[in-house]
Amino acid sequence: MFYRLSGIKHTRYASARALWPVPTDRRLVQLLLLLGIAAPLLLSELYLTSYMLPWLVWSAAALSLTLLMGMAGQLHFGFAAVLAIGAYTSIHAARAGIPFEIALILAGLAAAVIGAIFGGAALRVKGLYLVMATLAMHYLVQWVIVNVPVISGGAQATLNTPDVRFLFIPIDSDISRYYLALGWAVLVSLLLLNIKRTSLGRALVAVRDKDFAAAVIGVDPVRFKLTAFFAASFLGGVTGAVLVYAYYQAATPEQFGFNVSIQAVAMVLVGGLGSVIGAFLGAGFVLLLPIVLSNLFSALNGIEGFEISTNLIAHIPLMVYGGLIILVLLYEPLGLSKIYDNLRKYFVVWPFRHTQS
Amino acid sequence: MMYFAELLVNGALTGLMYSLVALGIVLIYKSSGVPNLAQGAMVMIAAYMVWLFSQVMGIPVIIALVLAVLGMFVLGLATERFLLRRMVGQPIIMVVMLTLGLESLLRGVGPGILGAAPKNIDLHLSMMPIIVGDVFINREYLIGGVVAGLTVFGALLFFRTRIGTKLRAVSDDHVASWSVGISVERAVAISWGLAGISAVAAGAMWGSIQGVDWTLTALLFPAVAVVILGGLDSVPGVFVGGLIVGILGSVIPGYVDPIVGGGTRDVVTSLVILLTIMFRPHGIFGREDIERI
Repeated sequence: MFYRLSGIKHTRYASARALWPVPTDRRLVQLLLLLGIAAPLLLSELYLTSYMLPWLVWSAAALSLTLLMGMAGQLHFGFAAVLAIGAYTSIHAARAGIPFEIALILAGLAAAVIGAIFGGAALRVKGLYLVMATLAMHYLVQWVIVNVPVISGGAQATLNTPDVRFLFIPIDSDISRYYLALGWAVLVSLLLLNIKRTSLGRALVAVRDKDFAAAVIGVDPVRFKLTAFFAASFLGGVTGAVLVYAYYQAATPEQFGFNVSIQAVAMVLVGGLGSVIGAFLGAGFVLLLPIVLSNLFSALNGIEGFEISTNLIAHIPLMVYGGLIILVLLYEPLGLSKIYDNLRKYFVVWPFRHTQS
Repeated sequence: MMYFAELLVNGALTGLMYSLVALGIVLIYKSSGVPNLAQGAMVMIAAYMVWLFSQVMGIPVIIALVLAVLGMFVLGLATERFLLRRMVGQPIIMVVMLTLGLESLLRGVGPGILGAAPKNIDLHLSMMPIIVGDVFINREYLIGGVVAGLTVFGALLFFRTRIGTKLRAVSDDHVASWSVGISVERAVAISWGLAGISAVAAGAMWGSIQGVDWTLTALLFPAVAVVILGGLDSVPGVFVGGLIVGILGSVIPGYVDPIVGGGTRDVVTSLVILLTIMFRPHGIFGREDIERI
C-alpha cells in the first residue's frame, strides 16, 4: 500500500545497487532532505538553534562513531576527546588566519592522527580492554587540553570561535550555522551509506565479525582497524569543529567531558549499531528526550497535587537517559533502527499480513 | 625524604581504599564475565544508604552499616536478576553499556531523591593525624586501608568456603558447573550481592572522607585502573594493583603537580591502564584469555 513493490523490476545492476532501490524510500529521503532544507522557514528560531541544530551535529558525531563501532566493530569510549581535538585545532587554525575550509580539514587530520595513534596502541586488544584503553585515552587528551595553556587558553578558559566564512558565506547567523550543520550531516550520511557498498566497507564488516577469519581470507585486520580508527577520527574531528562553530560558538574543556563520550556511544547503541538512520534516531532520542521530559516535568510542577523539588527535576535528565539506555538494551538490543525496519517491513505488505515480502 | 615517605604511606592507604571499590568489579567479573562499570555508582548509593540510616534516621552507625549491607545485597541481587541476566549471550559492548546506563540512572536517582549537596557520614573517627617518626598519616586513611585489607583478605577466605568453591567453579566454566549441579544463576547472583556488600565498605569509608555526593562515582576510574593492573578476575590482584595505583597516583603527582599545575593523578591512572593493556593486557595476576576461532 505505502510501499509499492509491484512493477519495480531492476533490469540493470546499477539500478538494483542504487542506494534506495525502492522508489518510496527514495521519495521519503528526498522529502526529509527538503524538510531539512526548508526547516529555517518552518521552525521558530528557538527550535532551530536549540533542537534541530544540535540534533544534526550529534547525528554526524554518531555517524562517525558508528563507522568505527558499528562497521569495524572497534569499541571507542573516548570519542569526546576526538571531538575536542578537532574543535580546538579548528579554532586555533582559524585564529591563525587559515581559511575555515582548510581549518576544518586540519581539524580532521589532527584528530585522525592522534586517534589512530591511540587506536594503534590498542590494536593488540579488543572488546572490554579496548573500552578501557580508549577511556584512558580520553583522560590523557583532556588533561593535555586543560593543562596546556596554549591549547585551552589557560585553565577554565573559554575560547570563542572567530568569525569565519565557509565558501564565501559568512558563518554569523543562526541560519548559516544551521546550513553548515545540515551540510555536514548530509555529507557524512552519504559517505557512510556509500562506504557500506565498497570493498572497504565489506572488509571492515569482515574484521568486525571475526578478525582471525578476515585474516584467513586475505583481509589484513591491522590495516583495516587502523583505517577505521583513522577515518572515524577524521570525521569526528571535523564534527567537533562543526559542533563548536555551529552550536556552542565557544570551546571549553567541560564540553568534551567523559559523559559526552558515553553519550556518543549511547547514541550509536540506542540507534542501532552500524545503521545510518539509527544514528539519526539515536542522536535524537538520547539528546532530545531527556530535555523534553524534564521540560514536561517542569511544566507539570505548577499543577496542584503534583509537586517535585527542583533538585529532582535537575536530575531527571540523568535518570531518563540512564533508564532509556537500559530499556532499549533490554527490549530492543538492535536499536531503534530495528524498530524502524520492522515498521517498514510491516507496511511493505500491508494490509496483507501473511504475504511474503 | 620525609615528604616521600608521607606520599608513599598515604598513597598506599588510598590505593587500598581504591581496591575496596575494585573488589566489587572483580567479584562480578570473576563469576559472570560482566565488567560492572556501575560499581562507582553502587558505592555512591551505599554511601547514601549509610548516611540515610545513620544521620537522618539516627540509627547507631554499626546497625546502620548492617542495614546498608542488607540493602546493597538486595540491590545487587535485583540488578543481576532484572538487568544482567537478560543480557546473557549479548555482545560485550551491550553489557558494558547496560552497566553505564545503570550508572547514569543511579547517579540521577541517588542525588535526585536524597539531595545533591554533599553530606557527612560520621563514623566517630577522630580527625587527628597519626605521627610515626616525622610522617603524618591521615587516621581515616589508615582505618580505610585496614578495612580494605581486611575486606580483601575476607574475600580470599570466602573463596575457600563451600559457596566460594562454587563461585570459583562458575568462574572457570559455566557449562561444566551446570553439569555438576551448581546453580550458575545463584552463584552469579551471590557475587552481585557480595559486590554490593563491598560497595558498602567502600561507600562508608570514602563517604566519611570526602563527603557523600555524586563525586563518589568518580572512584570508578582509579578502580578500573586497579582491576586492569591486578587482573580482572584476581582477588589478590586487587590488593597489589590497589597498592601500586595508589602509590604511583600519590608519589608522582606529589613531585610533578607543582611543575605542571595539577591534575596529574588522572594522567598516572590513565597511563597505568594504557601501559598495562599494551604490555600485559590480562594484568599481573589475571588469567589470559584464550580465544577460540
